[in-house]
Amino acid sequence: MILALHDFWSARGCLLLQPYDMRMGAGTFHTATTLRALGPESWNAAFVQPCRRPTDGRYGENPNRLQHYYQYQVILKPSPPDIQELYLESLKVIGIDPLKHDIRFVEDDWESPTLGAWGLGWEVWCDGMEVTQFTYFQQMGGFDCKPVAGELTYGLERLAMYIQGVDNVYDLDFNGRGVSYGEVFLENEKQMSKWNFEVAETDALFDLFNKAEAECRNALDADVPIAAYEQAVEASHIFNLLQARGVISVQERASYMARVRDLARGSCEKYAEKMAPEWQEKYPEWSL
Amino acid sequence: MSDFLLELRSEEIPARMQAGARSELEKLFRREMGAAGVSVDDVTTYSTPRRLALIARGLPDATEAVSEEAKGPPVGAPDQAVDGFCRKTGVAREDLEVREVKGRETFFAVKNIPGRATKDLLAEAIPVIIADFSWPKSMRWGEASLSTESLRWVRPLSGIVALLGDDVVECEVHGVTSGAVTLGHRFHHSGDITIGNADDYAMKLRAGHVIVDHEERAALIRDGARKVAAEAGLSLVDDEGLVIENAGLTEWPVPLLGRFDEDFLDVPPEVIQLTARVNQKYFVCMKSSPSRDGEGDRDREENRLANAFICTANIEAEDGGAAIVDGNRKVLAARLSDARFFWELDQKTPLREHARKLERITFHEKLGTVADKVDRVAKLAAWLTSDARAPNGDHNLARQAAELSKADLVTEMVGEFPELQGLMGGYYVEKEGLPREVSDAIRDHYKPIGQDDEVPTAPLTVAVSLADKLDNLFSFFNIDILPTGSKDPFALRRAALGYLRLVQANGLELSLEQAAQAWGGIGRAKLGTRVAEFLSDRLAVQMREEGVRHDYIAASRDWKGQTDGRTDRIEARARALADFLDTENGANLLAGYKRAANILKKEDWHGIEGEIARTGEEDPLAIVDDPDLKAVVDAKMTERHARELSYTPEPAEKALIDALDKAEPEASRAIASEDFEAAMSALAGLRAPIDAFFEEVTVNDPNEDKRAARLDLLARFRAAVHNVADFSKIEG
Repeated sequence: MILALHDFWSARGCLLLQPYDMRMGAGTFHTATTLRALGPESWNAAFVQPCRRPTDGRYGENPNRLQHYYQYQVILKPSPPDIQELYLESLKVIGIDPLKHDIRFVEDDWESPTLGAWGLGWEVWCDGMEVTQFTYFQQMGGFDCKPVAGELTYGLERLAMYIQGVDNVYDLDFNGRGVSYGEVFLENEKQMSKWNFEVAETDALFDLFNKAEAECRNALDADVPIAAYEQAVEASHIFNLLQARGVISVQERASYMARVRDLARGSCEKYAEKMAPEWQEKYPEWSL
Repeated sequence: MSDFLLELRSEEIPARMQAGARSELEKLFRREMGAAGVSVDDVTTYSTPRRLALIARGLPDATEAVSEEAKGPPVGAPDQAVDGFCRKTGVAREDLEVREVKGRETFFAVKNIPGRATKDLLAEAIPVIIADFSWPKSMRWGEASLSTESLRWVRPLSGIVALLGDDVVECEVHGVTSGAVTLGHRFHHSGDITIGNADDYAMKLRAGHVIVDHEERAALIRDGARKVAAEAGLSLVDDEGLVIENAGLTEWPVPLLGRFDEDFLDVPPEVIQLTARVNQKYFVCMKSSPSRDGEGDRDREENRLANAFICTANIEAEDGGAAIVDGNRKVLAARLSDARFFWELDQKTPLREHARKLERITFHEKLGTVADKVDRVAKLAAWLTSDARAPNGDHNLARQAAELSKADLVTEMVGEFPELQGLMGGYYVEKEGLPREVSDAIRDHYKPIGQDDEVPTAPLTVAVSLADKLDNLFSFFNIDILPTGSKDPFALRRAALGYLRLVQANGLELSLEQAAQAWGGIGRAKLGTRVAEFLSDRLAVQMREEGVRHDYIAASRDWKGQTDGRTDRIEARARALADFLDTENGANLLAGYKRAANILKKEDWHGIEGEIARTGEEDPLAIVDDPDLKAVVDAKMTERHARELSYTPEPAEKALIDALDKAEPEASRAIASEDFEAAMSALAGLRAPIDAFFEEVTVNDPNEDKRAARLDLLARFRAAVHNVADFSKIEG
């Protein structure tokens, strides 16, 4: 399936990139999406991103909720006029027939205060299941997207369940030769759910959060915003782990989120400011 | 005359925005046509997820020519003045006409504005309509979005069909050019559809598998869902909101029924319905068939939720929808599996322990945590059921119910579905084996919420619900956070209305001063009065909607010279007053009262009340605040009335004195026992005497003694009326 999507999007001019080698909650955090959504240059890329959402862990007991799963992400900047048609064609390529399955574009606006970003779009439903998040980025890092990028985020497991007609993600056929998704990941889900919810040493996590925050600021001071952004991603994930451990009170939650937001936005802003002269040189009519 | 068709095609418009968009389109169209002088009669608008359309019938082919003229300076005026006039009117000097006005030669600028073709006016209007269109949220897209000045629309705008009669109205909006070509259903139709005119629009789209009329789609969904439910021997749970939403999500709606695993029915039915509705936009069904509705004795089994759902597909699937139903079943199963996970997880912790977590949730920065609020509510609920006996219930259970009333806020289920607050607490407490009345109280203590919401009557529920609302009112009034204008962030008006309806439905007699003291200790009576004032205002609003005049409430708000802290008493009095003033006696007595009051005002006659105020050493305003003074006034009045008159009263005068002697004690007794109808009847006895008095007796008698006695008599009459209600507040 990944290969089919790679073929499809590569043929339509996308760079094929690799996953970002950090723990993150969504493909949107990949620098190929966040940082590249800034600036006037055209940018078309496709990649797989493993995602970790500690609070979504269900100890392997829920048929389609996982704390670790894969997203396939496509970013097209500027958004092409036929982006919906391209997307629907890509579904056909992986075996979803829109005359047999009910494909729908249901309003779902996206907002990430953490990234100072928002966009309008839909969640794409296939027979009532959200299989793709489709967003036109309007702002990133507090800056207007000029031009607007279209982002497609496919939920790979969910799509595979449709195509293979299975009810439970762990029953997915992984290789067509008898290895199931459960054989690959079930034990991982069980152990990681337990660790996320029950085991992870919270003092160490708090410490890691503070260190990531400090390092982010250090990197910002040294004018290396990409490095700073990595630390913001790290802090964001540590925060999610602390949430799963249930040790952040409601009042504290807002303040932690504000801290993560400051880091992420700060990094995006710094990146945009650092790149602006170069962008302006190529696109004289453009401004930040 | 021609019909005009406009279709604005875009990527999927959110369902919830379509109704607003239709009226916005009509509004802007009428505005632009109005400005252009094109008369517009019949306008119809349609929407689907992918298009917004307008059809205007019978537009004129052109506007009529008009002639505008303006009077200018007289001939011979300085050049500057004439040139200025020419500039202003845009008419060249040599084209000015000269006419005689009152014997003077005067310049006139006459402009003949020729009629213009409607088609041209439409071509100018369409870009303006699109540019001015207001969406709740709009976006930029594509290459043009390199600039933030690019066109904004709800989602990318992809096509414009504009036809006047059979002709294309040519225009261009940010690179989108108008034409006659549109697209059909995303999957059921490929290629272009060329529209001929407004008449074949709906038909051609229908051939392209698009039902453009949203109301027709809604009807198809409504009827279709009922039909598939009936075919399965079930009855649909009607949900008009879902009908409209699904109509906004489809161009070719096909309702399909599916089943979910019966085991999920262990989860509360409200949770299943909400999961299906909110997350998936599915209808649910009950086990009874609608044809048996009339029979009346439906047993519990038939009234229970069925393990069925109805989804609305947007395609006529090749396999009859089997794959679609199966896919949707899987999604619902996963959702319900999640709901069951929450349901079971929440029950692993007793509700009392959940309640402890409320200590970490801030209710309001100046009002402490939710746990603090719960303590206050519990105290009030216990007081209401014990000392106040309003309502009469077990105060220990009331306290217990109140203590657990907010605990479900920290459960996983309510975290997922906030609208299940209360309900889940009720279920969890029931599972823990607490008495039914406690679980009922927790479940229903937010009620009544809406205007049509059922009002609780079970004593414990009433106690917790009242306590919750009173705590909100007292707490926020105490820190001076009051609703202002349209701002009411803490829903205090809603709390007030809930309070009033609980008091009304349960016939409660509750003093807000006492409640405030029970809430915050001795010394809070003033807070109770402030809240009572607010509640009386809300009562006036509530009763006005019911047709009771607000001034009747105004006339009934005081009790023994103070703000009445009992809204039930204010209401009873106002209703009795309304009934009384509806009678002939009442209307005439009011007229007599107004006449008496006017005379007293004109003569500046204050009677005994005035005397005391003038002679007293204290601040005259003290009379208002001191209820004891009323007793003093009453005593003086009685004493003075008992005094012999220095002259023989005229018959009508004597009759009024006698009538007052009779009515006063009757009215006082009736008021003391809060029998306002009897009090009004007592007043009714004064109507004939006061009419006769005005008819036959001269108040301003030259004899000073007579004049004084008669003015006193009128003052006495006025006081007797005031004792029943403050008629001075009644208008008209």
